Amino acid sequence: MSEEIIALLKENVIQGRKTIEDEGVDESLDGTPGVLELTQSAIEKGIPADEIIMHGLTAGMQIVGEKFATKEYFIPDMLASAEAVGRAMDILKPYLEASNVETRGKFMIVTVKGDIHDIGKNIVAILLKGAGYEVNDLGIDVATEKIVEAVREDKPEYLGLSALLTTTMVVMGEIIEALKENGLRDKVKVLIGGTAVSDEYADEIGADAYCEDGFQAIKKLDAFQAART
Amino acid sequence: MPREGILVHNPYERMTKEQVRQIHHASMQILTDPGLISFNRRAAEIFASNGAEVTPVSSGDHPTWLVKIPEKLVLHALDSAPRIVKLGARNPDNALILNGEEPRVYFVTGSETNIWLDVEFPTYVKKSDPKIEIQVPEFRPRRGTVADLCQSAHVCEHLETLDGYIRTVNIQDKDITEDNKDVNKFFASLNNTTKHVMSGLTSLSQLDNVVNMARIIAGGEEELKQNPIISFITCLVKSPLQFVEDTTDTFIEVCKRGLPVVVSSSPQAGTTAPMKEAGIMAQINAEVLAGITLGQLVNKGTPVLYGSVPVRARMDNLDDSYGAVETSQYNVDCSQMARYYKIPNYSTSGVCDPRTPGTQSSVERLFSDILVTLSGPQYLHCAYGLLECNSVFCLTQAVLDDAHFQMIKFFLRPARIDETEIAESLKQIREVVATPQKLYISYIRRAMRSRQISPPYPFEGDRETDDVFALAYKRMQELLARPVDHIDPATTARIFEEIPGLLRRQVDGLKTEG
Ligand code: B12
Repeated sequence: MSEEIIALLKENVIQGRKTIEDEGVDESLDGTPGVLELTQSAIEKGIPADEIIMHGLTAGMQIVGEKFATKEYFIPDMLASAEAVGRAMDILKPYLEASNVETRGKFMIVTVKGDIHDIGKNIVAILLKGAGYEVNDLGIDVATEKIVEAVREDKPEYLGLSALLTTTMVVMGEIIEALKENGLRDKVKVLIGGTAVSDEYADEIGADAYCEDGFQAIKKLDAFQAART
Repeated sequence: MPREGILVHNPYERMTKEQVRQIHHASMQILTDPGLISFNRRAAEIFASNGAEVTPVSSGDHPTWLVKIPEKLVLHALDSAPRIVKLGARNPDNALILNGEEPRVYFVTGSETNIWLDVEFPTYVKKSDPKIEIQVPEFRPRRGTVADLCQSAHVCEHLETLDGYIRTVNIQDKDITEDNKDVNKFFASLNNTTKHVMSGLTSLSQLDNVVNMARIIAGGEEELKQNPIISFITCLVKSPLQFVEDTTDTFIEVCKRGLPVVVSSSPQAGTTAPMKEAGIMAQINAEVLAGITLGQLVNKGTPVLYGSVPVRARMDNLDDSYGAVETSQYNVDCSQMARYYKIPNYSTSGVCDPRTPGTQSSVERLFSDILVTLSGPQYLHCAYGLLECNSVFCLTQAVLDDAHFQMIKFFLRPARIDETEIAESLKQIREVVATPQKLYISYIRRAMRSRQISPPYPFEGDRETDDVFALAYKRMQELLARPVDHIDPATTARIFEEIPGLLRRQVDGLKTEG
């Protein structure tokens, strides 16, 4: 019984279906419970959270990744699956401590003061959440002091800054300075992204990495983790 | 099931109803005053015996007659000409149903060019930075051959949007003569595509050989009638207003045999037709109607198409200018006239003025392709691969054109707005707006997989140079490597036994000759 739920979970991750109402890649699962309902019933059946994650969510994401690599899947497919996994993680969060599972880390993401562009930031948030990060999205047009405050309180390992305007990218440098002034700079890795910025700009303002997109962000985060262990 | 083509729901029209009537009346007046000069005796006789006023103009070596066609004859002909013309195909699923009252467009190649364009990709090195090398397409014109025609039919068989095949290149091998050209061009086309094959005829003496070949392939006389796998195009009227001697004979003979035929007229505004729209329209319409009338007098009910290839003159050298904006206007007008008469329309687009593929050719062909398609002609000779006003054919360009027509066909899909779609959309909007990310991305997937989203441009490169042509060339090679259904060996053997003049190398492996 529990194996069946896990298998269905995995299949629904591959199909990118969150709820019973969702459409998948094809019609095969239409009208059947999606990742969120299945996660809920898995918990009710007493299946440990780590097993749900390992054999259901992560195993499904693994296949999605393969399909993406072979170009059978496109970015929308990847995102739908990542979003389903991310939302399932929300449900599982209270049970994780019980089963001793650690998330891959806390990632705080924000669009800087003066900038309201958030499509890219949201996509990155979905992808990272689907990849197992605990994502805290502060939103758009957020004042530097507020960001510093949030870092101090929430203690994320990573801070992702998004800016798409040449006029707002300078705010990223200001945020890094403010982190330094508040003694927080060495507590958090700062990643920046958005069309206005670049590798060079990341160097210039002393950010830890520039990411072209969410996939690159996942790779760079992996590299940070590898360097740490 | 015939091919689908693309149904144009609200065909674009330039003329008001009143203007259409005005053109019709002007054409009727032209047919009696000045009337047409006929260089063809039989046409003059046929018109005379059916009540037209026919007077000899000159005798001697080239006798001519003045033919004045009364409106009554024309209206009778328009009554008896079929509204629906079927163009068959070796593969019956590739048949085309042309309905004069329904603006369903089929896309077809043509015309016969003398020059075939080979493409090579030599490497250029940047002078200021020799590390940088790029491949630039280089075009080499040469005379067309049987092998080229086969190759082009082969690729065209695989072009998705292409509905029918008009021979693209004039076969000029050393061993091709006036007497064996027709059988060889029809065989080359029929053997390499299972789509409908249309062509002009070089020599009337070959008509029966060609028809017999088609009969053998179709499976018999009656089968060919039911499934006319070939049809003809004839320019029997030379502008302004002259029945040509030989082509008119060909036309009469094709009509007698009851095979579909295009009555095509190609006046050039400025030289062989008045410069202005009203003038060229009144004249081309009169010319086509004169041909249709003759056809119906020869064989009542024989299938004919209203063929329009109007062009504007180039001001610099008085050549045809297919790229001129007016050329599209005239074609759109003709399409409207044909629809007024309920006769299927053979129309023209896609030809361009430059000699080689590139920016100008892309702009000109796409411009006319879109506009003329929108006017809803049933049989659009939209010139896949044609360049330099019908004189040059480039197969890679034909592959590019296929991509243009995919876009045009996609655009012409009817709007999908109904209760179900609206209900589904409202549900999506309410759901997404309630989420933190506010993105509709997960709904892309189903739409994408059910082909509701137009595909990306297939020849998009990923470098700073323009790779479109190189990518299309690669695609062309892929299509050439994909097999086609040739005529089966037993039928081929019979054709070679019964039809004289066919070149063995058409089936023994093709080598370029000459
Ligand atoms: C959509 C859009 C808008 C939308 C935004 C809607 C929304 N919900 O975000 C609207 C219409 C609201 C908008 C408004 C404006 N826009 Co605007 N906009 C764009 C546009 C066309 C696309 C941006 C986008 O969403 N791309 C798609 C996403 C997926 O890509 P992305 O954002 O780059 O994100 C990816 C990566 O960059 C990376 N990434 C991004 N952030 C982060 C962060 C991290 C941590 C990581 C790891 C990765 C990462 O990963 C993402 C996923 O792959 C761009 C053009 C462009 N080429 O970018 C202009 C553009 C950014 N906009 C521009 C301008 C000028 C404006 C306005 C000022 C216009 C105006 N006069 O009102 C306002 C800005 C108001 C403001 N204060 O911010 C200019 C900026 C020029 C400049 N000066 O730098 C651009 C470049 C257009 C242009 N060429 O003029 N815009």
